[in-house]
Amino acid sequence: MNRLSALVFSALLTAGLFITGAEAAGDAKHPEAIDWSFKGLFGTYDRDSLRRGYKVYTEVCASCHSMNQLRFRNLSQPGGPEFTAPEVKAIAADFTVEDGPDDYGDMFDRPGLPKDGFVNPFPNVQAARAANGGAYPPDLSLITKARSGGPDYIYALLTGYEDPPAGMKMRDGLYYNPYMAGGKIAMAAPLLEDLIEYTDGSAASVEQMSYDVVTFLNWAAEPELEERKQTGFMVLIYLTVFAGLLFFSMRRIWADKH
Amino acid sequence: MSGESTYQPNNGFTKWMDTRLPLLRLAHDSFVDYPTPKNLNYWWTFGGILTFCLVTQIITGIILAMHYTPHVDHAFNSVEHIMRNVNHGWLIRYIHANGASMFFLAVYIHIFRGMYYGSYKAPREVLWILGVIIYLLMMAAAFMGYVLPWGQMSLWGATVITNLFGAIPLVGDSIATWLWGGFSVDNPTLNRFFSLHYLIPFLIFGVVILHIWALHVPGNNNPVGISVKSEQDTVPFHPYYTVKDGFALVVFMILFSYFVFFAPNVLGHADNYIPANPLVTPAHIVPEWYLLPFYAILRAVPDKLGGVIAMVGAIFILFVLPWLDTSKIRSARYRPLFKQFFLIFVVNCLVLGYLGAMPAEGVYITLARICTIYYFAHFLIILPLLGLVEKPMEIPESISASILPETAASPAE
Repeated sequence: MNRLSALVFSALLTAGLFITGAEAAGDAKHPEAIDWSFKGLFGTYDRDSLRRGYKVYTEVCASCHSMNQLRFRNLSQPGGPEFTAPEVKAIAADFTVEDGPDDYGDMFDRPGLPKDGFVNPFPNVQAARAANGGAYPPDLSLITKARSGGPDYIYALLTGYEDPPAGMKMRDGLYYNPYMAGGKIAMAAPLLEDLIEYTDGSAASVEQMSYDVVTFLNWAAEPELEERKQTGFMVLIYLTVFAGLLFFSMRRIWADKH
Repeated sequence: MSGESTYQPNNGFTKWMDTRLPLLRLAHDSFVDYPTPKNLNYWWTFGGILTFCLVTQIITGIILAMHYTPHVDHAFNSVEHIMRNVNHGWLIRYIHANGASMFFLAVYIHIFRGMYYGSYKAPREVLWILGVIIYLLMMAAAFMGYVLPWGQMSLWGATVITNLFGAIPLVGDSIATWLWGGFSVDNPTLNRFFSLHYLIPFLIFGVVILHIWALHVPGNNNPVGISVKSEQDTVPFHPYYTVKDGFALVVFMILFSYFVFFAPNVLGHADNYIPANPLVTPAHIVPEWYLLPFYAILRAVPDKLGGVIAMVGAIFILFVLPWLDTSKIRSARYRPLFKQFFLIFVVNCLVLGYLGAMPAEGVYITLARICTIYYFAHFLIILPLLGLVEKPMEIPESISASILPETAASPAE
């Protein structure tokens, strides 16, 4: 029974895992695994990378993509880019937010506050499509969780633009990217060398900008990641000690029955 | 309950209570002094683990419902609100979402254990049938729960499954419309699924009470599958099995915690983090891992109605399992042939699960057909025949004799 049990148990256990992995089929190129700072049991976000990533996001991505789940105040919360409260105030104030209605029933514009959500580049989906050749730039709040391959996939997509293979016809407004299912993507390569200027002196290579912005996007999707792993360690240590105590209690209680 | 009650109320209040509503006596007889075979192995700890899973799902579910909004325009965002703004909301939601997977992991082990040790055989048929009812209710609850976050897989999974009712001749379309509350999966569907998702766990809780009652009348089966013959064969439930179940539960919680804290989305599907969109169909629509074997059976049959019948039949055949197995021997330990066929059956189920996740085309569909036929053959041909042709091994005299073969044998040497 032992061999059998072990087999059945481990098979049941891994079934879910390997199925979720196997399901990511299709004709797209498989993204390479990147050594993210937030990867693994002990991984945390690289604070500097998050801040650089925010810069890439605001100066590049945000001109087309929304980020509906985030508010400016999130930028100062623990486990994120951890801008200071005055910095976040200043960031928010750079945006104009529509508020109202006021006492006369009129809507009015005011500078953004930390409580406000990230400002959408387009007023609605139709406007976004109209400005992007019919393609809707997806909201980025959850993008690393919403694509199989996660951050590796987004990184591969950002850095993987190539000339289309000979014979492949590209319609106007579509670009070739081997990591995209079908190979055709409506977003032109968004990052070019030295497209932005990092304030901390880092060289703005396509790889560096991609690494930073994907780190930022992963934080946007999983702002609880650091707290989650820290709590997880406490829980695992507690449970392991508890299991040990129960194991020896069990041995003692059963001692006279074996 | 088997045997006389040994409960002794020892103070004024418990004596007063005992002559009015003997709740404490019931608890004492069920979970303290309940005589339990002394040879139960770790496969028997999953009953307690499943109770823990159910209670965990109910508690986390009630908290989630305080913050969730069952409306197509708000459901997705309210889940993200829980993840981002509710204190420890991410923890509650990840426990609930992974808890469903852990619940099914535990129930599958529990079911396979029952099959291996013949726990469904007389006098435990009703116990088994109640278990199958719980399993059915669990699938309904899990399916509806998966719809609630209103992501792409929520919408399209619900569309695929509810469309199955359309396969019923004559009244199928009307039933589908009635289930949806409209002409497709939409706001009324989400709303009623939320209501039912909240109801079903309490139904499960009720059937669990019956399940435990039906367990305590004949008493536990055990790894050798022979009935308890004397007090020598049993130990009181407490402390012997409270501590053993407790240990196993904590080990199970370590696995559970690993998923919740370090891989919370690995058992889910990425597409469910995309808000539901009726205009965009995902490339592959797949259910959660625990329903994949049945999904494979559904798609293995080339005819829609036939597929639905096969899928429903695959579950309902479990109800008559006690009468399909013709062997009087309970435990596979003494059934050399059955032991092999059981292993093949388990592997067949896992392969069906794998095939359920693959696209329904080419070699996958052929394999799924072979596995589906084998699944039914196991119940309808192999089990009835095995009982007739198999020569079982010698069965020990009693549970005690089976545990201590050396000491039992030594005086004779």
